[in-house]
Amino acid sequence: MSTKDIIDTLAGIESGSALDGIRARRLQARENAQKSYLSLFEPIDASDFSLAERAAVAAFVVGLHGESPVAAFYREKLSASAGGAALWDAIKAEIAHGKTSGPYGAFPAGPLSVENAAGLIYRVSAAGKSVLGAKLAAALEHAHLLVFRPRDAASSDMKTLQAAGWSDTGIVTFSQLVAFLSFQVRVVTGLRVLGASFGRTTNAAAGA
Amino acid sequence: MSTANTVNPPVVFTQDELGWVSWIDPLPEPDLTERHFAGLVDRARAKSEYFRLLVRDPEVLEARTKTDKDIFYNVADGLPRAERELAAAATSRYNGCIYCASVHARFASTYSRRREDVQRLLDEGIKADLGERWNAVVKASVALAATPIAFGPNNIEELRRAGLDDAEIVDVINGASFFNWANRLMLSLGEPSK
Repeated sequence: MSTKDIIDTLAGIESGSALDGIRARRLQARENAQKSYLSLFEPIDASDFSLAERAAVAAFVVGLHGESPVAAFYREKLSASAGGAALWDAIKAEIAHGKTSGPYGAFPAGPLSVENAAGLIYRVSAAGKSVLGAKLAAALEHAHLLVFRPRDAASSDMKTLQAAGWSDTGIVTFSQLVAFLSFQVRVVTGLRVLGASFGRTTNAAAGA
Repeated sequence: MSTANTVNPPVVFTQDELGWVSWIDPLPEPDLTERHFAGLVDRARAKSEYFRLLVRDPEVLEARTKTDKDIFYNVADGLPRAERELAAAATSRYNGCIYCASVHARFASTYSRRREDVQRLLDEGIKADLGERWNAVVKASVALAATPIAFGPNNIEELRRAGLDDAEIVDVINGASFFNWANRLMLSLGEPSK
């Protein structure tokens, strides 16, 4: 019925399995989740956001969600990208430095203010900044905000990214990449939990 | 571009129709090419500031839009539309996206005819008691939205006890997960306005 895509690989879904059959009922969503992945990581134009930058941001974002086959996959993607292996140690340190629990942040001042929750305002370490450079360091700080406290986002964050060398088009693709990964890691986790409940063995996609 | 002085941000969750104002420049409508229209999927979306911003990367927008439409609009089988919209609204309530919550709370109300229950989700938050089936959908959506992800076997059990089959559970997973994508774009690239 189908060929294995990235979500199948990461969730350990085998061709012909029950989950494969269920996913086939949402074929357009399945194919376009795959196209989203390909257009973010194998884009026709990477001039505003390089492949190594994409891989570095991805490894950071999924790493903040904890260890999983998804984290292993993007870590390997970074290591395999041009110049990426040199970035991994710095990204790894920043993941450890940025790990927390979300969502938190502030609502617009008013009745919802009682729900405001304070939390880590992550900033890249000095050591990280010297390895990653200003553009990638700004991206990591914004990615952390998107992962853990998206409701804190403000127009000034756009200016910060622009000042660090991000074009408007680069900001859109970068935001899509972080947001897409937030989707992908959840679909994979959800399908894995559901698959495990069937009592069937999922393909332990260690480094898949 | 952003008309900051005319933005009137909502300070509560609402089912009212809201506008959305971009913080960075969308592409001007006259500059759109066929590549951009392919990315917009529906040509009418050229009128929307949000989609003319996202169309700066047309390939990603096209794939995202088609993913979205199938997860929510393909009701040939699986979870009723109302409960897919409930998953979207609950995710948006928890992440704090007032704009997304407004749109999908309205859809949830329209398809379920339970407007007051939907409003309680907005007013009281994710702990509102909406009955076993809706509670299970809200709780599963919230567990998926947490970072680290808190979704586990208990969520599956609750959804099954509430009467959802495996395909319907996948619709919850897809709908809730998709809003972790949508919320982050809507919250970070611009703001809602009344």
